[in-house]
Amino acid sequence: MTDFTQNYHPPRRSFGQLALRWLLFALLGLFALFYLMPLFVMVTTSLKSLEEIRTGSLVALPRDVTFEAWSTAWSGTCTGVKCEGLRPYFWNSVLMTVPAVFLATLLGAVNGYVIAQWRFKGANLIFAMMLFGCFIPFQVVLLPMARSLGILGLAGSIPGLIFVHVIYGIGFTTLFFRNYYVTIPAELTKAAKVDGAGFFRIFWSIFLPLSLPIVVVTVIWQFTNIWNDFLFGVSFSQAGTQPVTVALNNIVNSTTGVKEYNVDMAAAIIAALPTLLVYVVAGKYFIRGLTAGSVKG
Amino acid sequence: MKKSVFAAAVVASLVASNIAKAEPQAEVLHWWTSGGEAKSVAVLQKEFADNGGTWTDMPVAGGGGDAAMTALRARVLSGNAPTAVQLKGPAIAEWYEEGVLADISDVAEAQGWADVLPASIAGHMKCEGTWCAAPVNVHRIDWIWANADILKANDIAMPTTWAEFNTAADTLMAAGIIPLAHGGQAWQDATVFEAVALGLGGAEFFQSAFVDLDMDTLKSDKMVEVFDQMRKLRGYVDGNFSGRDWNLATAMVMNGEAAFQIMGDWAKGEFLAAGKVPGEDFLCVSTPGDGFLYSVDSFAMFNVDGDDKQSGQKLLAELIVGKSFQKVFNLNKGSIPARTDVALDEFDSCAHTSAADMASSNKEGSLLPSYAHGMALRGAQAGAITDVVTAHFNSDMSSADAVQMLADAIANSM
Amino acid sequence: MTEWLERHVPKMVLAPSFVAVLIFVYGFIIWTGWVSLTRSKLMPKYEIKGVIQYERLFASPRWDTAMDNLFIFGGLFIGISLILGLFLAILLDQKIRAEGVLRTIYLYPMALSMIVTGTAWKWIMNPGLGIEATVRNWGFESFTFNWITDPKMAIYAVVIAAVWQASGFVMALFLAGLRSVDEEIIKAAQVDGIPTWRIYSAIIIPSMAPIFLSAFIVLAHLAIKSFDLVIALTGGGPGYATDLPATYMYAMAFSRGDIGQAASSAMVMMGVVFTIVVPYLYSELRAKHD
Repeated sequence: MTDFTQNYHPPRRSFGQLALRWLLFALLGLFALFYLMPLFVMVTTSLKSLEEIRTGSLVALPRDVTFEAWSTAWSGTCTGVKCEGLRPYFWNSVLMTVPAVFLATLLGAVNGYVIAQWRFKGANLIFAMMLFGCFIPFQVVLLPMARSLGILGLAGSIPGLIFVHVIYGIGFTTLFFRNYYVTIPAELTKAAKVDGAGFFRIFWSIFLPLSLPIVVVTVIWQFTNIWNDFLFGVSFSQAGTQPVTVALNNIVNSTTGVKEYNVDMAAAIIAALPTLLVYVVAGKYFIRGLTAGSVKG
Repeated sequence: MKKSVFAAAVVASLVASNIAKAEPQAEVLHWWTSGGEAKSVAVLQKEFADNGGTWTDMPVAGGGGDAAMTALRARVLSGNAPTAVQLKGPAIAEWYEEGVLADISDVAEAQGWADVLPASIAGHMKCEGTWCAAPVNVHRIDWIWANADILKANDIAMPTTWAEFNTAADTLMAAGIIPLAHGGQAWQDATVFEAVALGLGGAEFFQSAFVDLDMDTLKSDKMVEVFDQMRKLRGYVDGNFSGRDWNLATAMVMNGEAAFQIMGDWAKGEFLAAGKVPGEDFLCVSTPGDGFLYSVDSFAMFNVDGDDKQSGQKLLAELIVGKSFQKVFNLNKGSIPARTDVALDEFDSCAHTSAADMASSNKEGSLLPSYAHGMALRGAQAGAITDVVTAHFNSDMSSADAVQMLADAIANSM
Repeated sequence: MTEWLERHVPKMVLAPSFVAVLIFVYGFIIWTGWVSLTRSKLMPKYEIKGVIQYERLFASPRWDTAMDNLFIFGGLFIGISLILGLFLAILLDQKIRAEGVLRTIYLYPMALSMIVTGTAWKWIMNPGLGIEATVRNWGFESFTFNWITDPKMAIYAVVIAAVWQASGFVMALFLAGLRSVDEEIIKAAQVDGIPTWRIYSAIIIPSMAPIFLSAFIVLAHLAIKSFDLVIALTGGGPGYATDLPATYMYAMAFSRGDIGQAASSAMVMMGVVFTIVVPYLYSELRAKHD
């Protein structure tokens, strides 16, 4: 760390450089405040009592910090006739998200590999068509998809939800992998072919080991999208398979009942914890990995 | 006829001795997911379980049932319809026309629903003569809530006409108090609009405009007057009303920031939750003018296979209209029972007013369905009206333009 | 036989995904096009009745607002997010010590679902509760920030929240791009005395073209699908001033039981996307062909 900074900070700096450095930090700090503002509101609200929210300003520090809303949101608040909080729905989301992310990433990797390295006539057209699929509004596909799931016998089930998320995830995962693999010189594949390696062999021993950074990007993207999805979750689930976003929505969106903003905010943060965790943990690899990977290419 | 006698016999034996062929099952799609609403529906679940049934909960909240309706369409299209669904107003008939609703006439006839429900409410539960839904409650929409202390301090009596309301509001403005607490969301704008329309135009005008969609009425001078009053009300709300949730508006009345709020009877729950007493801390009166705008929540049964589910539907329908559920549910929810023969001893004074007004307006023919809450019109037409109402309220559009736009929008929505 | 297999394996591997996309994207677009020619109400019907749904659509003032908003919102959101993302990435690339923390702060909004974050933004931007009230409390009585309650400005308030959500992700993509530029080239340029801004504008940024493609697609996808955001933040209001085609379509299909109308709006929306995205895709993919 010391070496690192010394390398880039010459011992003597002119006033201008110093001022520039301060300006840089001021800018970065200001943006950090901008990004943190809503989180600040959510966290402080979740720590207030309902009484304090009702009487005080919504955007102020809590007078008495209480964690009651958090425990209520996790295991006590009503999401229908059951009042068990978000907890029971968490598992549904995990069961749905993990396989869907895995499958979509795998398919994207293989597709990207084919499109970037095994170009054949029409490959670019196929790629463009898959990309355009990223833009189809999900509201449009709800009804025909419901019908299709019924025909496939997947209606209301978690495999059905996985299926839908994989289908509409392929476009993005293919895009990410294709853009990554396209930077890897074609000579690599050619040399391997000369050595007698086949299609899968090259993918498995050459491309996959290089792919960690883009896998991280893809997983982050897919995980966030699938975990946070509400529309598919609400339409293609039934009692017992509803994901956590549907439960969150049930807590937050009371139509004519009393609104418990503290519980709402706590529930929102709890429901987002897995994605937040992915960002905090994988965020490092997100940049570092991506950099390391393509420098080798 | 033979069929329904047979079915009635089945139900009777089922209820009397519980010797069902299969245990009653029900997967219930509803949007009562939190607070008092969730507690209310849990009462039904408990009664269902006490009668040997298994309740599978399928709650989907959001947008006054929009999200639930989305889920419902997907479920029906995939051939996996829920057993019972919270549905209301003309939407029941719309689903009936799709041929997916089950007939519950046998239960209704066995239980004598026709004798205990007001005729106009019973009308919503019937599809081409057969019973196709079971009513849960009656919400009154045209309430005006007031902070009692503010009114006393400014020497204002509860207004009985819109002119009186305007005078009172001007007095309050001069005293530095926000006259009307309002949340600028389309459905809230529509709620105020229909209360004004009923107050200024009367029952016949309301019926002709918002139930029959009569073009002459929609374009009438009376309608211009209604929009004029909306423009006046726009001047009585504070500058930050846009997008405000209704309960925050209620809180403004509670905290003494604002004097009045026009909102359905669920607002009472907010006052009670804050420990306020009706008649002392806050006042509940119907909005200026005569009449009663109702919104009735109900459950419809979908066509499903399996004796267990079908017996579940019949049991559910019977319990929903049963006296004990109607009482307990509505005590929790702030509404009044749909049945007229439930004792109201445990209800508060606002509910008593509501029940008395419902009975009297039922006689006078001014018991009317709320358009803003999906009781009077199908979705496309109700939505078209709301678009105009909210566009007018949130801009400087003239009343004449609004009326023209209203007529165009209705024509375009057909 | 093995040779044939070897030659066709890539196509066979791609085939399942392609078929799935054909059915579940293009098949469904055709389905939607068909339904848009019917008078479907509560549920889809298949009896063709002509272009009446499109006539109704174009006669609707609310649809006009929604389309105008799509262009304002989409243009500003994509533009600002790209610029801000690139700007932040360049700032963070200046060997900042707290980079890890800052990066996480910029990135986290993407992790939160808008169902509730919208409520937080609603409070922050509400003149009576949030920024305006706070700044006025500090003594700046004339400070005004009331976009969200002003029908003419509300769509810009939506842009702010949307940029907040997505710009961090774009920043991350660009930061990765900046880091993957060959350091030898940069050092060589520095030795030649080329100023830093020239190094960025002439060498580094042009080398990140594929990242622009990814960022653009991600942002355009978010812009078109911005639904939760609008619903939670403004509910489409004041009035219907912040309605977008996605919210219009949803309202028609699911709250108003007017599926034919919803299908026609979907077709128009996809037409717009097609005319904007396809030329872009074409030029991007063409350029990299050789």
